[in-house]
Amino acid sequence: MHIEFLYWEECPSHEEALARLREVLAEEGVKAEIEVRRIDTEEQAQAERFIGSPTIRINGVDIDPAAERQTFYSLTCRAYTRDDGRISPLPPVEMIRRAIHAALAQERA
Amino acid sequence: MANLRIGDRAIDFRLPATDGRTYSLADFQDKKVLVVIFSCNTCPYVRAWEDRMIAIQRDYADKGVQLVVINANDVRKQPGDSFEAMVQRAREKGFNFPYLRDETQEVARAYGAERTPEVFVFDAARRLVYHGKIDDNYEDEAQVKNHYLRRAIDAALEGRLPEVLETLPQGCTIKWKD
Repeated sequence: MHIEFLYWEECPSHEEALARLREVLAEEGVKAEIEVRRIDTEEQAQAERFIGSPTIRINGVDIDPAAERQTFYSLTCRAYTRDDGRISPLPPVEMIRRAIHAALAQERA
Repeated sequence: MANLRIGDRAIDFRLPATDGRTYSLADFQDKKVLVVIFSCNTCPYVRAWEDRMIAIQRDYADKGVQLVVINANDVRKQPGDSFEAMVQRAREKGFNFPYLRDETQEVARAYGAERTPEVFVFDAARRLVYHGKIDDNYEDEAQVKNHYLRRAIDAALEGRLPEVLETLPQGCTIKWKD
């Protein structure tokens, strides 16, 4: 499993988000390297299709299915919508978990 | 760090709002407490705290407390913070406070604001009594242990300083023009 964690330093949620990602991976028993990349410039944001910090991709797929519709790439903080509809700067635990399960299922197929 | 220190006077502004009016400090002279919040449409921290801002204005309106929310983000960097988008956001959320556009960013720079949301609470004499974040849990209101803004307002209404005068603002950086 290839996991990318992209962040912009000026969004303070990235450390907590990375810790949360590691925690969920551990809970799921997934041993995978996380490739952590810092995005510093608008040019990098464009090149990386970076829709906000933090962004997590598993096997190249964003953990949030709604991210596919977003095409504005920029140095910005990312808003995640939780299952209860509330907005958070942190990726929800269940969203991370679902993405891991989907990647595992695809790898097994 | 903000330019204002505890005890400093509020800096005046004259800014257009989403309700079509233009506001300055004089428009709130009858208010016992004035809360200036630098904010925006797009930051997830703002959106996480936004309903609490509305609730605080609702809960304290009868006590002479006024929230004034200012968006200074550069629209080229955050198209979602255009004035038109602000008008739409204010309507959608039913903002019960003036939502002002600081196009030149002069007000945000004068206050030394850096984040959204970033709160400045002024007492009846318009002296700064609290600066920082709204509370200590943006993710889950039910888990909040320290209601910094509410306690600061309570203290200001009682004519005293709050126990916590300053916290580190937590949120997105203001998007400055190049």
